[in-house]
Amino acid sequence: MALERNEFIRRSVVGKATGVVQKPLGAWERLYGQAWARKLFLLVLLGIVWEAYGLYLGNELLFPTFGATMKALWDAVASGEMASRMAVSLKVLLIGYSIGVALAALLATTAITTRIGTDLLETLTSMFNPLPAIALLPLALIWFGLGTGSIVFVLVHSVLWAVALATHSGFLSVSNTLRMVGRNYGLTGFRYVAKILIPAAFPSILAGLKIGWAFAWRTLIAAELVFGVSSGSGGLGWFIYENKNELEIPSVFAGLLAVIAIGFVIENVVFATLEKATVRKWGMQH
Amino acid sequence: MDDVLLDVRGVTLQYKTQEHLVTATFRVDFQVHRSDRFVLLGPSGCGKSTLLKAVGWYLRPVEGEIRLKGRVVDRAGPDRVMVFQEFDQLLPWKTVKENVVFALKASRRLAGREAVDRAMHYIEKVNLTSFADSYPHTLSGGMKQRVAIARGMAMEPDILLMDEPFAALDALTRRKMQDELLQLWEGTRFTVLFVTHSIPEAVTIGNRILLLSPHPGQVKAELNSNGQDEPDPTTGKTLSRRIHEMLFEDEVEEAIGG
Ligand SMILES: Nc1ncnc2c1ncn2[C@@H]1O[C@H](COP(=O)(O)OP(=O)(O)OP(=O)(O)O)[C@@H](O)[C@H]1O
Ligand SMILES: [Mg+2]
Repeated sequence: MALERNEFIRRSVVGKATGVVQKPLGAWERLYGQAWARKLFLLVLLGIVWEAYGLYLGNELLFPTFGATMKALWDAVASGEMASRMAVSLKVLLIGYSIGVALAALLATTAITTRIGTDLLETLTSMFNPLPAIALLPLALIWFGLGTGSIVFVLVHSVLWAVALATHSGFLSVSNTLRMVGRNYGLTGFRYVAKILIPAAFPSILAGLKIGWAFAWRTLIAAELVFGVSSGSGGLGWFIYENKNELEIPSVFAGLLAVIAIGFVIENVVFATLEKATVRKWGMQH
Repeated sequence: MDDVLLDVRGVTLQYKTQEHLVTATFRVDFQVHRSDRFVLLGPSGCGKSTLLKAVGWYLRPVEGEIRLKGRVVDRAGPDRVMVFQEFDQLLPWKTVKENVVFALKASRRLAGREAVDRAMHYIEKVNLTSFADSYPHTLSGGMKQRVAIARGMAMEPDILLMDEPFAALDALTRRKMQDELLQLWEGTRFTVLFVTHSIPEAVTIGNRILLLSPHPGQVKAELNSNGQDEPDPTTGKTLSRRIHEMLFEDEVEEAIGG
């Protein structure tokens, strides 16, 4: 036998009566919610472990302490050497990176507009992408001699294929609806690529730029280690190599730290800002 | 016959896939007059979307021709603006206002201040003024469709093509949007070609309804609607009842014919 139930209609409560609808979080909660705060904590922890192990080992030549490394780093920074070394490295990097990205954009644009362009991109990337950039260094030395030209050449190689591939696959995954919208409003050719395809594919383009950057940075330091030799003012790689020869091991560590720091800043400041200002703001990536 | 805006004659549309040649519609004829709310109605897969894409020239007819204002259509263009069913038709990297302005600028309809003014005018018409600076991902589905409609209307095209723009909405929002569309139409009397597979929606929205048979789509009937769906005094049948029977008849025939 079914139970008799009354019908009822309620008025919803408005205003203060509903209690907390929205309230700010506490300071700790907010700090812990920030990724950088948690990462900073881990970094401090690592520094402590390093210092402890260095002291325990007691051998500057093998493994200097955190303190000794920091002192070497400070000396290099104070003398202005670190800044000039970084500037040299970053300048070469920027040249190689820009050329690589520009070529990648060109390649991906031809690939999306013509079929032969697609074949070209696919063939070239499948050939060259697996080839480590540094393996081209001997050839580059013959072609461009000792100096910036050779490094830029291998940098372009390290950036180009990764970025072109990511951009191309980004273009391909742009939804059919957006393509039709673009054509509906009369966009064709270059305008269509610039106003529809590039922004719509921006999440994968950005991913490609990040991978390209990571490849380029590693390649640069490795290449400088091999031959920052000729030019009087070498980059960070050469700084490391030089100090190793002079058995200034804390400075070697300081150089490595600088390499890490730059990588860290570019990834967590430059790219993170770019990401926040674009794909996250647009809700295309979370 | 001056009043004919869109003239579709004997249009056969086919898709070529890897293994098959699929005929989506077969020799379809219809004429849309100025200020018509012309509805294409038919069962799923009968080629309604395909027809609309052909009018927008995203697909070429293998037979027949399509004329707009007497001129043969031979390219995609902003004189026929499409509102899609998909929510992702807005550019996610532009705000509501920028989306509408973008359409006007990209098509070189208007520039600068004028484009912004026109955009805001139509955004107000769909009641989204307070969301003009919001990004699409922060809007509900119904709001996104309203932006798409505002964008289409701001173009002031010869004909607005709408492919089930409300199909992905809940029933309540859908009813509201239908009423809003009718109100907008009262305001400017634009011409719209509207695709749906819902009989009530067709009867509410349309003043003229083209009924298509199942796959491959062929014209089955063209009916008038006054939007009221009242019983006919002589037959006692409502329009939606008649449409229902006509569509149902096909299924019976198909079942018998095998
Ligand atoms: N891209 C495609 N490739 C091959 N065949 C397709 C393609 N798009 C649609 N078809 C076929 O064409 C026919 C008509 O499809 P269409 O999308 O026009 O139907 P519709 O009437 O819009 O259906 P719905 O109401 O479900 O949206 C279908 O049989 C479908 O299988
Ligand atoms: Mg459809």
